[in-house]
Amino acid sequence: MRKVFSRPVSLKDVPFHYCPGCNHGIAHRLIAEVIDELNIQDNTIGVAPVGCSVFTMDYFDIDMFQASHGRAPAVATGIKRVLPDRVVFTYQGDGDLAAIGTGEFVHAAARGENITLIFINNAVYGMTGGQMAPTTLIGQKTKTSPQGRKHEVNGYPIKVCEMLPPLEGTAYVARVAVHKPKSIIQAKKAIKKAFEVQIKGLGFSLVEVLSACPTNWGLSPIEAVTWLEENMIPYYPLGEFKTPTAGVI
Amino acid sequence: MALITFREERCKGCRLCTTVCPKNLVVMSGQINDMGYHPASVLEMEKCTGCALCAMICPDLVIEVQREVKAV
Amino acid sequence: MKGNEAIGEGAVRAGCRYFFGYPITPQSELTHYLAKRLPEVGRLYMQAESEVASINMVYGASGAGARVMTSSSGPGISLMQEGLSYLAGAQLPCVVVNMMRGGPGLGNIAPSQADYFQATKGGGHGDYHLIVLAPNSVQELVDIMKKAFDLADRYRNPVMVMADGIMAQMMEPVELDDQYQIEIQPKPWAATGKVDHEGKNLINSCYVIPEEMESLNFILRDKYSEINKNEQVCEEYQLDGADIVLVAFGTASRICRAVVEKARAQGIPVGMIRPISLWPFPADFIGTAANRVKCFLSVEMNMGQMVEDVRLSVCGKAPVYHYGRFGGMVPTVRDVLEEVKKIYSGGAGQ
Repeated sequence: MRKVFSRPVSLKDVPFHYCPGCNHGIAHRLIAEVIDELNIQDNTIGVAPVGCSVFTMDYFDIDMFQASHGRAPAVATGIKRVLPDRVVFTYQGDGDLAAIGTGEFVHAAARGENITLIFINNAVYGMTGGQMAPTTLIGQKTKTSPQGRKHEVNGYPIKVCEMLPPLEGTAYVARVAVHKPKSIIQAKKAIKKAFEVQIKGLGFSLVEVLSACPTNWGLSPIEAVTWLEENMIPYYPLGEFKTPTAGVI
Repeated sequence: MALITFREERCKGCRLCTTVCPKNLVVMSGQINDMGYHPASVLEMEKCTGCALCAMICPDLVIEVQREVKAV
Repeated sequence: MKGNEAIGEGAVRAGCRYFFGYPITPQSELTHYLAKRLPEVGRLYMQAESEVASINMVYGASGAGARVMTSSSGPGISLMQEGLSYLAGAQLPCVVVNMMRGGPGLGNIAPSQADYFQATKGGGHGDYHLIVLAPNSVQELVDIMKKAFDLADRYRNPVMVMADGIMAQMMEPVELDDQYQIEIQPKPWAATGKVDHEGKNLINSCYVIPEEMESLNFILRDKYSEINKNEQVCEEYQLDGADIVLVAFGTASRICRAVVEKARAQGIPVGMIRPISLWPFPADFIGTAANRVKCFLSVEMNMGQMVEDVRLSVCGKAPVYHYGRFGGMVPTVRDVLEEVKKIYSGGAGQ
């Protein structure tokens, strides 16, 4: 018998601090598997900003930077400009990337910065206790939208993948989900493609990962993945929004 | 022929693995682990095909899968 | 050479390889100079989308092991404070130039020294210090850049170079040392990918467990004590027989030099101490001088900021006064001389 599924070596053998059923762990594993498969563990540098995602700095067995809230793409830019032959990625939540860090990710994309952003969208601020995020859906109840998000008060959720393709610097933009095995397989393909785009020097890549946060959604883990399927995917459709010129990859 | 192993001490009892097994083999144990959760387990291992869907959805990398792989 | 260009050339000669910045007056010519000069020597000048992004690019480049700098003025430096706290917490070297301008708020682009507190007392959140240097001539602007980068690397700490619009625009002859040797020590802590080192390198200022955070703070405190012991720098002028000692840095010190000469010509024994390092403040030198002079007058282009450090250094051994002009106004020699005379006739002369 042969091992067909085991822990990737780029992921340290330590328990995650995440809540039961939190999809962060799945996203971490996929990134680590891609790093293993591309054989880039020693050449990859990750950037973990503020939020639940900050602890990725302890989980990945690669060199890591911890960055301030929203600024990971700027930090990654500094790293990549110094070390252009390294693979540099950020791992950012929706509050981090799509609220406080809006300037940094848009300009990194516009510059065609040759880095990869893994953008975890779970429609809520996790670490601080379940406040409304820029990606919280209309009607979704959070600690700071207890009656449900109202567009009259809070505006509309930001669709990051739809925003980016017109920027010429973006090479690869995709939205995936990690709530069921079929989606997880697609998610890994997209993450791998994004890293390959960077390795080939084609420009900015971003993979948005729809992810369940059972604790802050007030649902059981099983209810949460169903809620993601029924509510998030209709608003945030999955797929590739921009790919490099055909045949390059 | 497959063998799946659970690192029960790492399991947080989220039950996601129980929803994806095509043969409904994954069940929650009656035991409680050190973290206070009922960990996932498989009772009828002989029926497992080693498809690894349970491992794929596990957020805590609790599950390792081995199976017979045909020589290519 | 113009002051702004002198800083740029000083940085290039100090081995600065990366500049990330955002436009703001009165430091514009510094960025113009580096935007042209850095690519000439195969290095990178990059304009960021904001000062917030600039300082975080500096953080990334520094953590990756590079000699890197940014520059700005008051409002932009305020935006960088969070980043500076992170740089200090993660113990990353870098150089930040602040060409101070009149404030608060948007203020104006006229010369000022109103960012003394911000620079020397922390500015950002948490317990930390920047090393702060204040040159007062174009030659010193060139020379201090090498010192700034060396101190940053030696202590793994951000260094701020403070000047103002007058110094930025001032033109003076400069001697450039062509024998200049740069020795950059290896940085085994840099996170450049595991291929370069044993184990995993982490650039971090996040310690969730208070005991661990306190351990970092102990390390920082020890480092700051070491810096305080080794790096206090000041210049004395006509201290012999001085009853009144002016304390001034940067542009104000150039004015005070003329005040000392005029006062001496009129028979008033005045001298000057010019702090070159604002943090660590030259407290030892001023404290010793306090044993033999009658009083101090801190002359600043602000409402009275450095005067607090002068008082702490003097420690009650002599009275310490302040004279300042604010909001972009520069004290004149005549005004300071009047103040000196007032103090002298009011008791310091007896």
